Amino acid sequence: MDQTDELYDAILSGNASTAATLAQEAIDQGADAGEIVARRMIPAMDEVGRRFECGDCYVPELLLAGRAMKAALKVVRPLLASGAAEKAGSVIIGTVQGDLHDIGKNLVTAVLEGAGFQVHDLGVDVPASRFVEAVKEKAPDIVALSALLTVTLPAMKSTLEALERAQVRDRVKVMVGGAPVTRQYAEQIGADAYSDNAFGAVKLARTLMGNL
Amino acid sequence: MQYRALAIPDPRQLIYGRSPRPVRCGFDLEIGGGLVFPEVNFTLPAIEIRPDTWSEVIAQYHEMAGNILRRAVALQVPGIVLEFELLPPMTANPAWGADITRLLHQHLAEAHERHGLRSALRVTPTDIRDQVRPPVLREGAPWENLARSFELCIEAGADIVSIESVGGKELHDPGLMYADLRQIVFALGVLAPRDTAWLWDRISQMCAAEGRAIPGGDSACGFANTAMQLAHQKMLPEVLAAVVRAMSAVRSLVAFEHGAVGPSKDCAYEGPVIKAITGCPISMEGKSATCAHFSPIGNVAACVCDLWSNESVQNVRLLSGSAPEAYTELLAYDCRLMNTAASQGQAVLLRDWLSQSDEDLSPQAAVLSPAATYRIAEAIVNADTQYQRTIAAGKSAVCELRDRAGSGRLKLSAKEKQWLDRIEAELAALPGEDDLRVEMLDRCADLFAPGSYGWE
Repeated sequence: MDQTDELYDAILSGNASTAATLAQEAIDQGADAGEIVARRMIPAMDEVGRRFECGDCYVPELLLAGRAMKAALKVVRPLLASGAAEKAGSVIIGTVQGDLHDIGKNLVTAVLEGAGFQVHDLGVDVPASRFVEAVKEKAPDIVALSALLTVTLPAMKSTLEALERAQVRDRVKVMVGGAPVTRQYAEQIGADAYSDNAFGAVKLARTLMGNL
Repeated sequence: MQYRALAIPDPRQLIYGRSPRPVRCGFDLEIGGGLVFPEVNFTLPAIEIRPDTWSEVIAQYHEMAGNILRRAVALQVPGIVLEFELLPPMTANPAWGADITRLLHQHLAEAHERHGLRSALRVTPTDIRDQVRPPVLREGAPWENLARSFELCIEAGADIVSIESVGGKELHDPGLMYADLRQIVFALGVLAPRDTAWLWDRISQMCAAEGRAIPGGDSACGFANTAMQLAHQKMLPEVLAAVVRAMSAVRSLVAFEHGAVGPSKDCAYEGPVIKAITGCPISMEGKSATCAHFSPIGNVAACVCDLWSNESVQNVRLLSGSAPEAYTELLAYDCRLMNTAASQGQAVLLRDWLSQSDEDLSPQAAVLSPAATYRIAEAIVNADTQYQRTIAAGKSAVCELRDRAGSGRLKLSAKEKQWLDRIEAELAALPGEDDLRVEMLDRCADLFAPGSYGWE
């Protein structure tokens, strides 16, 4: 087993420090950074995602693998050819105004980061105006809105309306999620995408990036 | 005051409807005195809460209270509790929460006057202190509005006040997501007890100053229910959620050490442990809370309740009538059965059926069985500090799960067994409280503000 195979295992088992060390050793021995990412690191994350989706592991294993991936990526990223180091995309995420729940949002954030997205987390109880400011300031590809309460669902609609009024709606794709959100509601308020789980959100984000 | 022994020393006396320390409140209602009463919690349909929608909000609560009480009278319930759980904007604008409290109090007063309906109003402001990261718990506008909300709601007619406090949650949430037991235990056993003590000293003082409302209790909803729901969705190990449940009882018990007298909050599934230790009445929710969430503890949750709740139901229309009205009926019949069994001396039998029908089907139900409740409660009172109590409760839950799995009664997957082994090993390896605090102040410095917990 060479370092890159061990790197695959280190990411799969969520061992961040080992993953970073092995990535450095592989680089020191002349391995190509792009090859390491493409042949070992991304497949490791794909495997942990597959295990999660078929019920063979839980969120902690998934997040620890994501953390190990980030640690290894930090080592190899400076050596990647221009373009290969591009992030998967950038996302602004937040729980809408009036809602203090953040577990679902945090989970989506972690999984998006593990998938290579740059995520700006605005936190909870985020007013529509704050989303507008962030879109202007950060120029993200995607805005992700979360809500857990039925009474805060209307704040999702208000946020989309605020993006329209500020004339920034066409600069971003908007995805929504949270326990009371339905596909029908997402369509009704004019969101671009809806997911009822964190992995679905990542797939959607990848799809939306492809469609940009 | 720290509880050093169980208030209910005989497991056969740990029973629904009866508590050694019943409370009397509201319109001539005694809770824990022999009967289980429905506690109906209701909320708005999808509607924005703004000054220009406020009259519609008020109209919704007026309609819900009227429908619920009409059904309660029709079903001849011996008593009822209404719970008004404030939404965040109603706590951030304390006068709004007080308006609705006043309205609901008037409804109960009229029902008492016209129909002799015994009742009480529980009011639960939202803990809005965690809006910023790290949360500022002891000062600033969120705390001031929360405190004012309690004061105004008490003045407006709240009979029981409660809260689902959030101190420590800022570490517990990420701890859960990474299954970081050191972080989880620090949140539950160190941070949360410090915040709960500080908060309940103030809530109790506000109740005492007004003289009529009683300080009900706290809930580990943001901790153990989060874990339970994530486990239910296959995101976390079920055994981890069950161990978190047991450990969370310690932080909720602190409310009672600082003035709470019950009934504890309905979503505090750790309530049975609290009841065994304090003898105070508790509220619980289970199979009749499907309007709000699913759970693996529908029957076992009822075993030792004094109030039986639906958690929360939206004011939407069903074939039968409004949803709050329908769930009032559901709860009324649940309570009627429990009270009838008790009146015929069969409460223990019904309690055991309720437990046995659930306890071997999920780790969460296993740790809520009366037998497990008892062992966890004993483990807690036999330990000294809140930190040691939290670890003791966790170890007791691990033993419970291991015994049941070992005997084949509780089926655990290989993956769940591996997690149980890991949790047991990590609980055994926890350092002393001071060492863990030093570690967390270093490792999680960006997640929590020491000043929120009384540290410089």
